[in-house]
Amino acid sequence: MTNLLTVKDLTMRFGGLLAVNGVNLEVGEKQIVSVIGPNGAGKTTVFNCVSGFYIPTAGSVMFQGKEMRGKPGFKIAQEGMVRTFQNVRLFKEMTVIENLLVAQHMHAEHNLLKGFFMTSDFKKKEQELMDRAAHWLEKVGLLDFANREAGNLAYGQQRRLEIARCMVTEPKLLMLDEPAAGLNPNETKDLDELIVHLKDEQGISILLIEHDMGLVMGISDQIYVVNQGEPLASGTPAEIQANPEVIKAYLGEE
Amino acid sequence: MQSRFSSAALAAGVTLILGFMVLGISFSVEGVVPTLEVSESHKIIGLLIGAGLVFLLQYFRAEVSKVTTKMKGDGQAHELPAFMRTEKQQRVLAFWAVGALLLFPFLSSRGAVDIATLTLIYVMLGLGLNVVVGLAGLLDLGYVGFYAVGAYSYALLNLYFDMSFWMALPIAGALAALFGYLLGFPVLRLRGDYLAIVTLGFGEIIRILLNNWTELTGGPNGIARIPKPTLFGLEFSRRPSEEGATTFHEFFGISYSSEYKVIFLYLMALLLVLLTIYVIRRLVRMPIGRAWEALREDDIACRSLGLNPTNIKLGAFTIGASFAGFAGSFFAARQGFISPESFTFIESAIILAIVVLGGMGSQLGVVLAACAMTILPEMAREFDEYRMLLFGLMMVLMMIWRPQGLLPMKRPHLELKRD
Repeated sequence: MTNLLTVKDLTMRFGGLLAVNGVNLEVGEKQIVSVIGPNGAGKTTVFNCVSGFYIPTAGSVMFQGKEMRGKPGFKIAQEGMVRTFQNVRLFKEMTVIENLLVAQHMHAEHNLLKGFFMTSDFKKKEQELMDRAAHWLEKVGLLDFANREAGNLAYGQQRRLEIARCMVTEPKLLMLDEPAAGLNPNETKDLDELIVHLKDEQGISILLIEHDMGLVMGISDQIYVVNQGEPLASGTPAEIQANPEVIKAYLGEE
Repeated sequence: MQSRFSSAALAAGVTLILGFMVLGISFSVEGVVPTLEVSESHKIIGLLIGAGLVFLLQYFRAEVSKVTTKMKGDGQAHELPAFMRTEKQQRVLAFWAVGALLLFPFLSSRGAVDIATLTLIYVMLGLGLNVVVGLAGLLDLGYVGFYAVGAYSYALLNLYFDMSFWMALPIAGALAALFGYLLGFPVLRLRGDYLAIVTLGFGEIIRILLNNWTELTGGPNGIARIPKPTLFGLEFSRRPSEEGATTFHEFFGISYSSEYKVIFLYLMALLLVLLTIYVIRRLVRMPIGRAWEALREDDIACRSLGLNPTNIKLGAFTIGASFAGFAGSFFAARQGFISPESFTFIESAIILAIVVLGGMGSQLGVVLAACAMTILPEMAREFDEYRMLLFGLMMVLMMIWRPQGLLPMKRPHLELKRD
């Protein structure tokens, strides 16, 4: 079985600082893979390198058998690898539904003339976008808020909207950067169910950065531990929980 | 209140000293000896009144600012007045407004129609720049460059290839769009201030090029005798320019009047403006319009969703430039004479002021601001040299009290309809 995403020897250097050094990741089809590690371990830097926001100093990022390293972020997103952000980045002054319409830009009708004359083609395409947006709003439970401004939603709702916004682009790999940060236990439980649903029903893979160990251990198929930019361990949740190195990195030495 | 009095007195004193330097002393040359003398008494009295005003304003500052904050509003987009809130009411209102504008030239003086035509040119320029600055959020200080490209396109095509206005109009628009695209390609990677400086340079380059490429453009002498547009081949001159052509008044068998031409130009400008408004209205509701707004809000999020920021910005730049091109070729046709002097930086600044004053992104706001910016200076002609001063004062006050513009944009939100 070929992997969806294979990251090899990923290295990122900012001047004299080696932020990420030789990290490897493998994400298979329909898998939930987590990256964990103490604060400042370089998890988000790994994300930024994989999603094309940084150009890694060395290493390779293969997605569906194609090299992604050095491609701009929007191209990588078009290939089907879409991410969320640690601090939610919604279009706050646009409505919820418009956030989802913008996200479908690459599926939209771009012929300006068709748009000017509102041909039936154009209307049909716009309606499709609208329907897909409504479909996903229902899935994340935000249908009642469709015409509200995104900036006015509660924090947990904004988080869910950001995931819905990624899903309307129809990705193959969804990358979530600390999706549970700032959520209360109930909301975290909903998130847990949503992520599992995405994997089982939509058949996509998920790459997750998270500090909430309950969430990570419960849903991950595979876990990678990063510490100070270096890969520390990898394995199933059970293996990681038993790994003395990991415990040392988190709790310190005696 | 000791401090209140002293600070007000200080402000008045500074006003007096500075004002005296500017207005109080006059410099004259008697023979070869330059002399300084105190100016006429009315200027001195004016100065004293001014200083008194400053004193009062500073002394009652707290009370004044209470009033001004009330005028400022909450900084949010204001609700439209009750009679134009629903789409149907707006449509009826727009219908009447267009009707009134169509009738206007037949009911007013030639001078008024002339100014109205000029205003319409600025409306068009403002609307075009509004796409770039207001909708896409790209600060363009060299917009006049595209205006010049449009104007010179028509003038040169006519001069060398004898092309008529109607043939040249789309070409001028396309050429301006091409320039926008070519300029945008390398510079749209830049952000904010850098983009502003590069576009500023671009505007100047175009002007200097036109000024110095004497063989092609006639340099500072400009190009004269650019023909006016025709109505399906009918000219508006007293006599046809060539054998066999018919003029408007001959065709309809009416006596010649130079007013027909003015009215025709006005109606044409009105048509162009309405077309511009319609096109931009549609654009805002299309995927590219949504992308412009999203990009203005958060370009990192846009990239993460697979939107190519460079392409989307280029779209805004190119479309904005093409409107300047249309406006430019119409300007050339109306004036009959163009020279690089018409395309200085101050023009860019005025167009930008129209956009900012109107409220970024708001079409109606831009239309109102363009009217204010062209009609007010005309009305204030009797103040001659103080005109620019008043203009500046208006801008400063506007920015203090209504930084969001006359009519801030309330973008039409797409609604999810549910059954």
